[in-house]
This record gives sequence, C-alpha cells and structure tokens, in this order.
Amino acid sequence: MLDKQSAATIDDTDRIMRDPAFQALVKERTSFGWTMSIAMLVVYLAFIFLAAFGKGFMASTIAGSFISWGIVFGVFTIVFAFALTGIYVSRANGRFDDLTAQLNRDAM
Amino acid sequence: MRLASLSLAAAAAFTATAARAAGPDLGPTTQSATNWPAIVIFLLFVLLTLGITYRAARQTKSAADFYAAGGAISPGQNALAIAGDFMSAASFLGISALVFTSGFDGLIYSVGFLVGWPIVLFLIAERLRNLGKFTFADVASFRLDQTAIRTLAAVGTLTVVAFYLIAQMVGAGSLIKLLFGLPYGYAVAIVGVLMIVYVAFGGMKATTSVQVIKACLLLFGATVMAVSVLWHYGFNFNAILADAVKIQPKGLAILGPGGFVADPVSTVSLGLALMFGTAGLPHILMRFFTVKDAKAARKSVFYATGLIGYFYILTFIIGFGAIVYLMPDSSFYNVAADGTYNKLTGLVGGGNMPALALSKAVGGSLFYGFIAAVAFATILAVVSGLTLAAASAVSHDLYANVIARGRSTERKEVLVSKVTAVVIGFVAIGLGYKFETVNVAFMVGLAFAVAASCNFPVLLMSLMWRGTTTNGALVGGVLGLVTAVGMVVLSKGVWVAVFGYHDAIFPYDNPALFSMPLAFAGIYVVSKLDNSRRAQRERAMFEQQFVRSETGIGAAGAHAH
Repeated sequence: MLDKQSAATIDDTDRIMRDPAFQALVKERTSFGWTMSIAMLVVYLAFIFLAAFGKGFMASTIAGSFISWGIVFGVFTIVFAFALTGIYVSRANGRFDDLTAQLNRDAM
Repeated sequence: MRLASLSLAAAAAFTATAARAAGPDLGPTTQSATNWPAIVIFLLFVLLTLGITYRAARQTKSAADFYAAGGAISPGQNALAIAGDFMSAASFLGISALVFTSGFDGLIYSVGFLVGWPIVLFLIAERLRNLGKFTFADVASFRLDQTAIRTLAAVGTLTVVAFYLIAQMVGAGSLIKLLFGLPYGYAVAIVGVLMIVYVAFGGMKATTSVQVIKACLLLFGATVMAVSVLWHYGFNFNAILADAVKIQPKGLAILGPGGFVADPVSTVSLGLALMFGTAGLPHILMRFFTVKDAKAARKSVFYATGLIGYFYILTFIIGFGAIVYLMPDSSFYNVAADGTYNKLTGLVGGGNMPALALSKAVGGSLFYGFIAAVAFATILAVVSGLTLAAASAVSHDLYANVIARGRSTERKEVLVSKVTAVVIGFVAIGLGYKFETVNVAFMVGLAFAVAASCNFPVLLMSLMWRGTTTNGALVGGVLGLVTAVGMVVLSKGVWVAVFGYHDAIFPYDNPALFSMPLAFAGIYVVSKLDNSRRAQRERAMFEQQFVRSETGIGAAGAHAH
C-alpha cells in the first residue's frame, strides 16, 4: 500500500539499495532461503515420486522387522521439515536480525 | 464415510480420502443415542470460550484488534493456533481412518500437509510480515493496482473459504448427529451460531483463543491414545506393526503405498496441491499478522511445524492402534446374521470412526465422550478461522479498498466485517443444511487446489519477480482459479460422484499439477507482454517494495504495540 509514509522513503530506497550491508544481507538470506527450500522440495518430491513410482521399494521392510522403507522415509521427511525450520529460524533470529537491526538504525 | 463403504475402488477413493484429510464427508449417518458425557464436556468448552469471547469483545476496539488481535498473540499461542487450523476433525479422524484401512497411505497426506510449512517460512513469511497489514492482498497489491488485485485476492479467498466451509459444515452435521445423538440440522445451526458469536464479537482474539484451547485438548487426547497403545506393546512400534499385518485383511500391503495412489500423476498432483495450497490458505496467512514482529512470526512457524509433525505421527500410531485393538473385536462392528463382519468398512458409525472407537477401547465411555466433544470443538475452531478470513477479505479488501477506495473509517470497516461474519454464518448454516445428502468429498481438495493455483502464484510472483504487472497477475490468477475449478468439476469427484455421469472428462483426481503451472505461466507471459505506462510504473516500484520486504523499513504501523 502506497501511503504518505512510504512516499517519503523513496530517497531512502535508493540509498539502502546501494548500501553494501543491505546487498550482503539480501544476498546471504535469499540464497539461504532458496537452498533450504530446494532441500525441502528434493526430499519431499523424492518421497512423493517413490510413493507414486517406487511402490515395491517403499513396501519393502527393513531386515527382520515390519518397518517398511516407506514408513521410515515418511517419518524422516516430517523430522527433516522440522529440523530445517529450526535451522532457518535460529539463523534468521540471530545473524539476519542483527544485520537488519543494524540497517534499520542506519536508516533512521 | 459413504465412499469408503463402496469398497474403496482405488481411483474413486482419492476424493473420499481428500475429504477425510480435511473435511469429513460422513454421508448419511444414523443418529445415535444421546451421548451425555460428550454433551457436558462440550458445554463446558462452549462456556469457557464464550467467556473468553466476552472479554475479547471488550478489548477489541481498533481494526488491528479485530483482524490481527492487535499483534499481541505470543509465538507459542500463535503456533498452537496455526497447528489447530491443521488439526481439523478431519485430519484427526480422517488420517487415522486412512491408516486404519490403508496403512502407509495415511502418511502421504500427513507429510504433504506438513512440508508446505518450511517453504512458507523460507520464502514468504518474513516478506508477508514486512509488507502486509491484515490480509495477503495487502502484500500482493503493494505496487500493483489496488482495485484489480484486491478483487482477485478476495475472490480467491472467498472461493477457498466457501468450499472448505461447506465441507466442514456437512462434516460437522454428520459427525455430531453420530457422536452426540443430535439431529443434523441442530448440529449445523449450533456450529453456525457459535462461530458467528466468536468471530463477530471477539474477532481474531477470540478466534485464536478458541483455536488454542482446542489444540491443547486435541493434543492431550491424541497423546493419551497413542501412549496407551504404545504402553500396551512395551513402546515397541515394530510389535504393533507385526500384529497389524496379521490382523488387517490387506496384510503386508499396508506397509507400502496402496490402493488410492494407483495413478502416479494424481499422486504427484495431490502432493503439489497439499504443499503449495498450504502456502495460499488465507486463514493461515492471516496468522502471521497476529504476532508482534518477524522474529515472533518465525518462531511460531517453527513451533507449529513441530506440533503438527508430532500430531501427525500420533495419528499414524492411532491408526495402527485402531487396527490391533478394534479389528479382532466384533463388538465395534455391525455384525451380519451369520456372525461375520467387514473389518475395513463395517465399523459401527462408519468410516470415520477408528480414532473414536479406539478412544472407547482404551479409555472407556467417559474418554470417548471427551474425544467426541473435542472433535466438535475442533470443527468449531476451524470454521471460525475460515469465517474471519472471509470477513476480512470482504471488509478490508473489497469494502475499504475497492468500494470505498480507502475513504472509509476504521469503525465502518470493522462493522462491515462483523456484518459479513453474520451473513457468512447464516449462509453456511443454509448450505450445510442443503448439502446434507450431497457428496462433498471433492470440496476440500478443490479448496487446496484453488489456494495453490490462484492465491499462491499471485502472492509469490508479486513478491519475488520485478516484472510482475497487474495485468499479468490478474490473467494468471484467474487462469489458475478457473482451470482448478473447471478440472475438478470435470473430474471423477464431481462429474461422476455428484452429477452421476459414467466417465470423468478430466482423468486425474487433482488439478494442481496443471492449474498451478498455468497460473505461473499466465502471470509471466502477460507481464512480459505488458508494456503499458502502468506496468512500467509497477516495475519501477519493485525496489521500494523489495527494500521494505527485506528489512521492514518504512512498514506501516499495522500493529498496536
């Protein structure tokens, strides 16, 4: 939404866009976000494609038990999703927030 | 569940399972004897939540209070509320029922619902938080045309909510008839009236509290059930599986992908709809505005992912527990004259009953009453969140920014929202009543497909791609919406199951694999071709949006702190 407040910050926009600290933060956070997203997608799509095309493998059990690879992979995907969000949040709430706070102070 | 009793023919079963996963379609159910423990526990829940609503109503003054609880929800509460939106009666009853009949297949749904979360967090949550006030349309229309984009977003929101809401109302009516022994019409009316009271009087504060209380009750109940089952087997899950494959008629097949994923294209398409639909559900996106800052928003996603994952693992254990506890015991089944019963579909009360019957098996009738009451509370909490999202789309997007063009007052806007909530409540009661005998199984799948094909592409492209223009977003969004709805209508779930035609025209069960890329392609191509003055201005404004979305600098003071 364009309001008076944001109209007043157009000059700031140019200055911040040129700020090397801003560029570094965005570059680092964006590539981190996409890397994590791709990691999640790869694991999930592997799970879905195996469920769709690799039924034999998913139904096979780990030697001497009734636990199938499908169950292992499914539970792994759930734990993996949780772990990824944990890693992202700890980094974002620490390093990225410090950098953003720094930028905000400079912008005042 | 009606379709489940139709022998679970693989392809036809998808839509049924979609409904089980997020909106139970019980079909015609018989009314049971009045269940007093359940009614008393439910009444206590209603009294408590009405008290909270009364308090919330007195504290709700501004628009920020009404839509976003003044940004005063803590990350823990918000996580419980987000998790609560996912732990619908249907994911509890539906996924455990799917595990009961098909074993492993239940995990496909659980995993699909969950993995949308990390993506929302990594790519959307922060930017949404920095750019928006109350609805995702705030974000998509930041540099694009207010009228066009807000209208599109409101239509997308209302479509998603309408289908989701009808499925929930019909599910609620059938479930409550079954569990409480109340007539279908009463049940639908109770749900509708209570949801109006929560939303219209208590706004986001009350809606969140209802969701938080219910999430705690449901997590408690599900934990008790899963732990009782595990306890019985000395916490050896392998022993449960060993018994399950002996008892379940499908035997070893329950350990791998089974019947309902017969067709790989439908499986992948469903996977996409679940994952990206999550990222476009308006009642979920709203929850990012209820906490005080981006840090709190991120924390709530992290906790919510943990809670949802934990809950889905519980439903998996509950499903297998139901196999080993219920299947050998004829007292849970409709037994034929010759003493035989169908282990998969013959449960007393129908296909959605495994979790409930298991609660009786492990905890007796009082615990069964508790779980039944929690199931009712769950539906109530989920429909309240949906209604609030729809009311916000109407008042904040359509009324304040499109019709009144930003010249409305905050008070008027909130009033419009409250009136909308009342109207939606009555419409939902009417539709719920009307659809009692219609097979609404397709509706939840449709809600997710629309969210993934209209809301999500418009939001992501306007955030991420400098080149996005109003015309592009409009064409792409409408294309995604229309193709998603069209393909569902032509698929088995509607064309055959509702209209009664012999063959489906669209061969797959879920459209997202086609409709979502179409929406993205539409946005891209039309934006590329668009060289109007407005388009140039919109592209030029990307940097300003970019700076704010990355840093929050210049963000409007949406939240009263």
